[in-house]
Amino acid sequence: MNDMTLTERAVNATDCKITARNVQVYYGETHAIKDVDVDILDKTVTAFIGPSGCGKSTFLRCLNRMNDTIDICRVKGEILLDGEDIYDKRVDPVQLRAKVGMVFQKPNPFPKSIYDNVAYGPKIHGLTRNRAELDEIVEASLRKAALWGEVKDRLQAPGTGLSGGQQQRLCIARAIATSPEVLLMDEPCSALDPIATAQVEELIDELRTNFSVVIVTHSMQQAARVSQKTAFFHLGNLVEYDETDQIFTNPTDPRTESYITGRIG
Amino acid sequence: MSDATHPAAHKSPARSLHQLDARTKRRNASERRFKVMGIVAIGIGLAFLVLLLSTIVINGSTAFQQTFIKVPVYLDPAKLDKSGNRDPDDLKKATTFTYAPLVQNGLLEVVQKAGFGSELSKSDMKNLISASAASQVRDRVLADPSLIGKTVDFEIFASSRVDGYLKGRVHRDEIALDKNISVAQLDLVDSLRKDGALHKGFNWTFIFGADASDSRAEQAGIGIAMLGSFYMMLVVLVLALPIGVAASIYLEEFAKKNRFTDLIEVNISNLAAVPSIVFGILGLAAFIQFAHLPQSAPLVGGLVLTLMTLPTIIISTRAALKAVPPSIRDAALGVGASKMQSVFHHVLPLAMPGILTGTIIGLAQALGETAPLLLIGMVGYVATNTPEGFWDGFVSPNSAMPAQIYEWAKRADPAFYERAWGGIIILLIFLLGMNLIAIILRRKFERRW
Amino acid sequence: MPVFWLAGIVVALSIAGFAMGRARAFQSSGGDARVLHSLPFYAGALVAMSACLPALIVLVLLMVLGSSPLIISIATIGAALIGIALSFPRISRDFRARNAVEAGVRGLLIAAASIAILTTIGIVLSLIFNTVEFFKLYPFTEFFFGTEWAPSFGGGSTLGILPLIWGTLYISLIALLVAVPVGLFAAVYLSEYASRPVRSVIKPLLEVLAGIPTIVYGLFALLTVGPFLVSIFGPNGPTAAISENGWMHAGTAVMTAGLVMGIMLIPFVSSLSDDIINAVPQSLRDGSYGIGATKSETIKQVILPAALPGIVGAVLLAASRAIGETMIVVLGAGAAARLSLNPFEAMTTVTAKIVSQLTGDADFSSPEALVAFALAMTLFVITLCLNVFALWIVRKYREQYE
Repeated sequence: MNDMTLTERAVNATDCKITARNVQVYYGETHAIKDVDVDILDKTVTAFIGPSGCGKSTFLRCLNRMNDTIDICRVKGEILLDGEDIYDKRVDPVQLRAKVGMVFQKPNPFPKSIYDNVAYGPKIHGLTRNRAELDEIVEASLRKAALWGEVKDRLQAPGTGLSGGQQQRLCIARAIATSPEVLLMDEPCSALDPIATAQVEELIDELRTNFSVVIVTHSMQQAARVSQKTAFFHLGNLVEYDETDQIFTNPTDPRTESYITGRIG
Repeated sequence: MSDATHPAAHKSPARSLHQLDARTKRRNASERRFKVMGIVAIGIGLAFLVLLLSTIVINGSTAFQQTFIKVPVYLDPAKLDKSGNRDPDDLKKATTFTYAPLVQNGLLEVVQKAGFGSELSKSDMKNLISASAASQVRDRVLADPSLIGKTVDFEIFASSRVDGYLKGRVHRDEIALDKNISVAQLDLVDSLRKDGALHKGFNWTFIFGADASDSRAEQAGIGIAMLGSFYMMLVVLVLALPIGVAASIYLEEFAKKNRFTDLIEVNISNLAAVPSIVFGILGLAAFIQFAHLPQSAPLVGGLVLTLMTLPTIIISTRAALKAVPPSIRDAALGVGASKMQSVFHHVLPLAMPGILTGTIIGLAQALGETAPLLLIGMVGYVATNTPEGFWDGFVSPNSAMPAQIYEWAKRADPAFYERAWGGIIILLIFLLGMNLIAIILRRKFERRW
Repeated sequence: MPVFWLAGIVVALSIAGFAMGRARAFQSSGGDARVLHSLPFYAGALVAMSACLPALIVLVLLMVLGSSPLIISIATIGAALIGIALSFPRISRDFRARNAVEAGVRGLLIAAASIAILTTIGIVLSLIFNTVEFFKLYPFTEFFFGTEWAPSFGGGSTLGILPLIWGTLYISLIALLVAVPVGLFAAVYLSEYASRPVRSVIKPLLEVLAGIPTIVYGLFALLTVGPFLVSIFGPNGPTAAISENGWMHAGTAVMTAGLVMGIMLIPFVSSLSDDIINAVPQSLRDGSYGIGATKSETIKQVILPAALPGIVGAVLLAASRAIGETMIVVLGAGAAARLSLNPFEAMTTVTAKIVSQLTGDADFSSPEALVAFALAMTLFVITLCLNVFALWIVRKYREQYE
C-alpha cells in the first residue's frame, strides 16, 4: 500500500528505549538465543524478521519477561529498559509488563464485554480513581486502536463476538489502556485476513507517535511497510540490525540477503 | 483520531522499575495469600487422607492379632466314641454339648496350675474362653479321630473381652457394669499370661474364617465374605468385559452419528452418575422379584455390579480405542481387510492394555461397592458356610467383603469394630493390588504414537 | 445345576456345527480353499453362531419367564438344532459366509451397546411398577407433602418425604461447603501454580481419596468423626459452656455425615475442576500476563469466569453424588427423620430410608416396604435432572473451547 511514504519518513527518535547485551536464552538444554545485542529506539517501529524457529518470538518475550511463565526457560545477559535492568531481582514482572505491553499472534479477547476487556488493565494496575476516568481511558484506548467508531454503541457486548480483525484491535486497545511505553507484538496479523491486516498495520504506524513498538513478523513485506528498524534473526543469532530500507535494499550479511531474496526460510 | 490524548499517560509519573510501588506490594501480598490458600486446600486434602489411612491402620491392625489360651484337653473315648470303632458317622453324634465339659476340665487344670480356682465359679471360667471352643475341638477331632484317647493341647480363642483387655480396649476401671467380665477374671488373665498359657498370636481365622454370631466376636472372620466377593468379581469380569468391549467397539468404530447412538451415549454418561443404591433397587426388582434369582446370591450381586461397572468400562475402553491412530485402520483396510477384520485383528489387540487397565479399575470400584448389596440381601446374614463346589458358590447365599464390614459396624459389641477396620485393611489391600496391576499394565504397554 | 449342563450341550452343538460348516465349505471348494468366497473358518463360525445364539436367547427368556426345566431343555436344544439345520445347507462355494458372520457380529455389538438403554429402561420400569403399587396403598399428596416420617411395621404409618428430603439436602449442603472450596482451591493450585513433579505426586495422592470405598468413609464417620465431634460439641466438650447441654448428643448427626461426605467429594470436585481449568486456552492467560496481571488476578478475573459454566457443572455433579450417597449416611447420619436446623442433630436421608425400609422385616407388598420404591423414584428423578443438566453444561462448555 503506502510503502513509499512509510519508509521515507525519517527515523527521528534517537533515544534508546531498550538496550539488550549478551542475551542468552535456554530452553532446558537447548540454547535458543545466542549472544544477542540490540538497541530498541523510542517512538519507532522495530521489526524482528527471520525464518520460523529462529528465536525472534523468544527474544521478544524476553523483553517483558513473559518467558518467566515457562518453567524450563532461563535467560542470561542484560536487558535494560530506560537504563534499568529488567532482570534485576528487585523488578516485579507485573510492574514491568504494565510498562511493556504485549499483543499476541491469535486475537485473545477475554470472555468479557468489550468495555471490561479494555478496562481490565487499568483496573488491576489501579490507574483510575473513579468510573469516569475509567470510561475516559477505555474510550481513548479504543480510539487509538481505531475501534471506537465500530464498537461505541455496543461496549457491553462480549469481546469474543467481534470479527477477527476487530478482536485483534481490541487486544491492542487492551494493551495500550495501561499506557505502556513499549508495545510488543508477536505476529499480530498472522491470523487476520488482508483487509484486517491493512487496518492493523495502519494502526501500528500511528501507535509510533506514542510508543516504542516492537513487532515480530514472518512477512518481509509487512516489515518493510511498517518498520523503521529491522533485525534479522537466524538460528538464534541476531545476524543483522539496521535501518529497514538498508536491510531490504543493501544487506551486509549474505544470510540476510539469502533470506530476503527467498533462498532460505 | 490520533489527537485523542491518553488521560492516564500524563498522570502516571515515570517510576523506577527497581522500586516497588505500594500498589504492587499490595497486589503481591494478595497473590501470596491466594497461593497460600491453594496450599492450605491441598494440605487439608492430604491431611484427611493421612488421618483416614492412619485411623484404619491403628484401629484395624489389632484384628490380625488374637488372644489364645493353651488348654490341654483330654479327649475321653468313653464320652466321644461310645461304640469304640471310630466310625465317622457315630463320631458326629457327639455334639458340642459333649465336648464342652472336656474343654471345661482342661481349662480348670490350667487355672489351678496358675494358683487360682477357688475364687472363680465355673461360669466365670467359661467366660474366659470363646463360646466356640467346644466346636473348635470337635472339628479337630472329626478331622482326625485318632486323637481320641489322648490329651491334646488346643489353642483356644480367648473370649472377646479377654482379647480386648490384652489389646487395651477393655479397661479394669470401666468393667463394673459388664456382666461378661470381672476384676477377678482379669487377675486370672494376668497370671495366665505370666505363665505363658495365655498369649497373643497371628489371627489366621480372621482372614480365612467364617463370620460368627453376635456373641462370638473373637471367632468372626472375613474369609467366606471374601469368597463371595470373589464370585461376584468373576461374574462382573465374565460379563462386563466382553459386553463393555463390544459396546465400545460398536460406538467407536461402527456407529453412525444418529439418534440411536446419541441415545446410547446419553444413557451411558447418565448411568455412570446414577446413585448406586438405585442399581440395588433394579437388582431387587428385576433379578429377584421378576426373574426369581435367589436372594443373597453372588450371582445377583455380580449382575448388579456388572450393570453398574459397564459405563466405567465402556468409557475407558472407548478412550483406549480412540488412542489407536487411524493409520492402523487404513493400513488394514488398504490390504483388503473388512472393517470388522481391521478392528478385531489390529485395533483391538493394540487397545488391549488400555482396555484391561480400565477393566481392572472398574472391578476395583465394584469390589468396594456396598449400597446395592444391602438391597439384594447380602447383609443381615451371617456368612458361615463355605459353598459346596464351584458352581454352588454363585447361587448359595453369601456375603461380600464390604457388606461384611457393614454388618460388623452395625453390631453392638465394640469387638466387632476392630474386625470392621481389619476388614477394611484387607479390602484396601485388594484394591491397592488391583490398582497397582493397572498401573504396571499401563506403564509396561503404554505406547506413544 | 441343569442350566450349566444345558449351556454345555449348546456349546458342544456349536462346536459340532463349526466343524460341520467348515468341512462343508472345504468340500464345496473341491479341496482348493482359494476358490471359496470366504475362508472356511467363516462357514464354520456361521453355523456355530446360528446354533448358540438362538439357543441362549431362548434359554434366558424361558428362565426369566419361569418355565419348567423340561420345557426349557427341549426348547433350548431345539433352537440350537434348528439354527444348524437352517444355516448348514446355505454353505456353498459362492456363499458369502464372512459377510453373514460379520452381520451377526455387528448385531451382537449393537445388542451390547443397547444394554445401556435396557438398564435405564429396567431401572425406570422397576421403579414405576412398585411406585404405582405404593400410591395405590398410600395417598400421593401425603407422601410428597407430609412433614412427618413415622413408619410402623404394624401398619398405620405416616410416610411424608419432606423430612427425608430436608436431611438429604442439609447433609449435601454441608458436604459441598467442605468439598467445593477445598477442591476448587486445590485444583487451581495444581493447575496454575504447582510444578510438574509436585503435580504428579499430589494429584494421584488426592485421587486415592476418591478410590476409597464409601463403606470406609461410613465407618470413619461412625467410629471416628462422630465421637470426635461429640467430644467438642457434646455435653462434656468446650462448647457446653455456651449452650447448657452441648449441641450434640450422639455421634451420628448431619454434621458427621456432611463432613465425611465432603472429604469424599474433594477429589471429585478437584479433578473435574482441574480438567475444566486446563481447558481454558493458554492464550487467555498470556493475554492477561502480557498486560501485567498477577497470577491470582488472572485466575480470579479471567480463568475462573471463563471456566465458570464448567465449574458449575462440576459442582452440580458433586451435588448429585452427595444426594445419592448411601453408606456414609446410613452409618453416620442417624435414623431419626427430623425437620430441624441444628446440624448437630441426627437426621436421615432418602437413601438411608430406602435401605432401612427394604432390609427390615416388612412384608414386601406393604406400604412400609413399597415406599422405598417411591423414595428411590424421587431420588432417581432428582439426580437424573441434575446429571443431565450438569453434563449438558459441561459439554457446552467444552465445545466452546474446542
